[in-house]
Amino acid sequence: MAKYPPPEELIKINYTTPVKSWMDTKTPFKTGNFSYPGKPDILKYLGMPNPRVWSPTDDDWQLPPDWQRIVMEKFRSLLKKYRSFKVFMDICVRCGACADKCHFFIGGGDPKNMPVLRAELLRSIYRGEFSAAAKVLGKLAGARKLEEDVIKEWFLYFYQCTECRRCSLFCPYGIDTAEITMMARELLHEVGCNINWILEPAANCNRTGNHLGIQPHAYKDMMDFLCDDIEDITGKRIRPNVNKKGCEILFITPSGDIFADPGIYTYMGYLILFEHLGLDVTWSTYASEGGNFGLFTSDKMMKKINGKMYNEAKRLGVKWILGGECGHMWRVINQYMSTMNGPADFLETPVSPITGTKFDAAAGTKMLHIAEFTADLIKNKKLNLDPSRNDNFVSTFHDSCNPARGMGLLEEPRYIMKNVCRQFYEMPENTIREQTFCCGGGAGLNNEEFTETRLRGGLPRGNAVKYVRDRHGVNNLACICAIDRATLPPLCDYWAPGVGVSGVHELVGNAIILDGEKKRTTDLRQNPLPGMEDEEE
Amino acid sequence: MAAFYSFLAVLALIVIPWLGVGMGMSALFGIALPYIAIIIFLVGFTMRIVDWAKSPVPFCIPTTGGQQKSLPWIANNPWDNPVDKKGVFMRMVLEVLCFRSLFRNTSVKLQQDGPKVGYSSEKSLWLFALIFHYCFLLIFVRHLRFFMMPVPGPVGIAEFLDSILQIGLPVMYQSDALILVGLLFLLARRVFDGKVRYITLMQDYFPLFLLLGIVLTGVWMRYVVKVDVIAVKELTMGLVTLHPHLPTTPIDASVYAHLTLVCALFIYFPFSKLMHMGGIFLSPTRVCPNMSRRAMWVNPWNDPAVKAHSYEAYEDEFREKMIEAGLPVDKEA
Repeated sequence: MAKYPPPEELIKINYTTPVKSWMDTKTPFKTGNFSYPGKPDILKYLGMPNPRVWSPTDDDWQLPPDWQRIVMEKFRSLLKKYRSFKVFMDICVRCGACADKCHFFIGGGDPKNMPVLRAELLRSIYRGEFSAAAKVLGKLAGARKLEEDVIKEWFLYFYQCTECRRCSLFCPYGIDTAEITMMARELLHEVGCNINWILEPAANCNRTGNHLGIQPHAYKDMMDFLCDDIEDITGKRIRPNVNKKGCEILFITPSGDIFADPGIYTYMGYLILFEHLGLDVTWSTYASEGGNFGLFTSDKMMKKINGKMYNEAKRLGVKWILGGECGHMWRVINQYMSTMNGPADFLETPVSPITGTKFDAAAGTKMLHIAEFTADLIKNKKLNLDPSRNDNFVSTFHDSCNPARGMGLLEEPRYIMKNVCRQFYEMPENTIREQTFCCGGGAGLNNEEFTETRLRGGLPRGNAVKYVRDRHGVNNLACICAIDRATLPPLCDYWAPGVGVSGVHELVGNAIILDGEKKRTTDLRQNPLPGMEDEEE
Repeated sequence: MAAFYSFLAVLALIVIPWLGVGMGMSALFGIALPYIAIIIFLVGFTMRIVDWAKSPVPFCIPTTGGQQKSLPWIANNPWDNPVDKKGVFMRMVLEVLCFRSLFRNTSVKLQQDGPKVGYSSEKSLWLFALIFHYCFLLIFVRHLRFFMMPVPGPVGIAEFLDSILQIGLPVMYQSDALILVGLLFLLARRVFDGKVRYITLMQDYFPLFLLLGIVLTGVWMRYVVKVDVIAVKELTMGLVTLHPHLPTTPIDASVYAHLTLVCALFIYFPFSKLMHMGGIFLSPTRVCPNMSRRAMWVNPWNDPAVKAHSYEAYEDEFREKMIEAGLPVDKEA
């Protein structure tokens, strides 16, 4: 942690704006405010333009010789393809309602992180190129020419946007910066300006099925390892199906959950839940990633990576797909999947084999969120639960941006939480549900070199966590997103020390009483359960 | 600077017709300009809307502001997270008539001790924007009396309600005062709020000054000069009946200044951010229902050539390792 300024330093944020116009104010690239560029071999593998070795701190970014023409051509084609882009370029009245809604602005104070100004970075070019009057009036009308510095600015700020859509909620016209950021990133790809932490996972997803590049045999090993842990804790051996044909359900979750702490405990939670139900479900190594790094790359990449889910469901002959806890995976499933790769007419509308509930919400995609599935089980009293096993946790719930503002999945996880643990407190209302704050690492920015900016962007979330920690003794922040499980622990260590992070299904896994299990003395993290501190194996 | 230039431009739009009418160019400002303005407005507005409407909405991307419709025992929020046309209609009604999203507005305060980030409700922009827009609408409706014969009932009712306080003679319309309050607040925000000043362009100042100019010349005509209303109506009725002629009794130059400013607004409208009036109805995050997981949403340019890395290619690469790990394979090695 020594690399970053301490919270007392970081909090000295100046919200006053410079006297000079934003067009005359340049922001330098410095350690902690940008991510490293895409590596040439990754770009080549993905067939993307202008692979080269470069750094944002270089003066010369080695853009292709006719880069201006390339960018403007793409700009024009995107305006034709997306009404959102065109309308959002035209109708912003710059009322400023979005200005203090962005977590990067709140935690950093850089005015170019006000969503309205972030979009102006593109609008100024749009005006300069597509509006005759603005061309004549120039800067006075907010128009400017496309110069190399503009590309540098785009790179800096559109890779300082986590596409969380909080600004869109408050905009009187629903202008969505996530859409604008997606367009800007597509423009940047055309001239080879992108970041490795998005493209390498995208390449991995394509080849191995998951963003970490875990090969099938290694995936199986890791799964067995987690089953060993479950056996130690519960005395029950679970033998999950992998790549098995003819099961009723295919389960897909982000691969972050199989690999990293604390996601692995959520993964164990899923395994325990399925064992408890005797669910006819299979996992897949080919479609072993729910998270879609294509969402942060381009619509084509998103479609390509997403396509594996339906491919695999068809190949294995399942009836429907169940999806794990993940943020942007669900944004893609809810808003894009069926459009890109549907219709999934070879599948059936999900019906819970345990309760018989038919889930019409998923009638189109045939893919159900595990929070919907589990909430229904609890409501129908199909789970044998001992919530006291979670008594060491005093929990709050972090709404992940994408399920909250791209889907509206707010009550289901809360209902589960309230049934599997006995101590639950909400964070302040302006920081939860549809007004939830980003973890600071969404949209592919969860990388090491970007940590300082992430911590800044995490201030609003971290501060809300601190509030419930101080007031109610909260020590566990539960969430339904694998990126959250990776980004929130350092964030909490920094802004609200003493608060850990868990998935909702980790708490479910703790609470479930498996048939014939031994007396549990520890939770899934192998920490002693309440009152079991002195028990020996 | 941008504010100053905008102010000058509006001033010029008052002075030019004022002087021009004195030099006998009444027909230019009273007849030719209004026709030009209305044509540019209608054609421009329609072209913009058609242009937007023609570009596809490839994906269903509503910003959801509440609980989705999922399980029957979970109360959903049909207006903030609509699943069907009815819900979208209600969402848009609230948005357009009540400025729903702006009503949500908060402001952030950061206290160093702690540190603490606090959020408080911030409704001033919502309130004054609402005041401005509704007054504008009311004034627009009131003005229809100049363009219609006989004057329709609702116009009379609007006028009656607007002057219900019966202040002064001629009776003062409340909307005239309130729209000034609204406009001055919106202007003051741009000048005094550092964040808003930083993002404000000439295109933001100009319409504000233009509208202020329109209101002030209107107030001047009605309450100070007390222009000959019968003569004004003669002019406007000539315009709408397509028998344009200048009134027999000459009218005050301020009427021409007022009219010119209004014409400037009509001409400026289709090329500016004022198109938010039409754009809001085409904003995908607001008008799309949250139903793409329920039913198919079609993307007209969806490229069928984009295919996932196939399972066959995947198995070909990892077959031996898969067999070794005991994973089922489609083709034996």
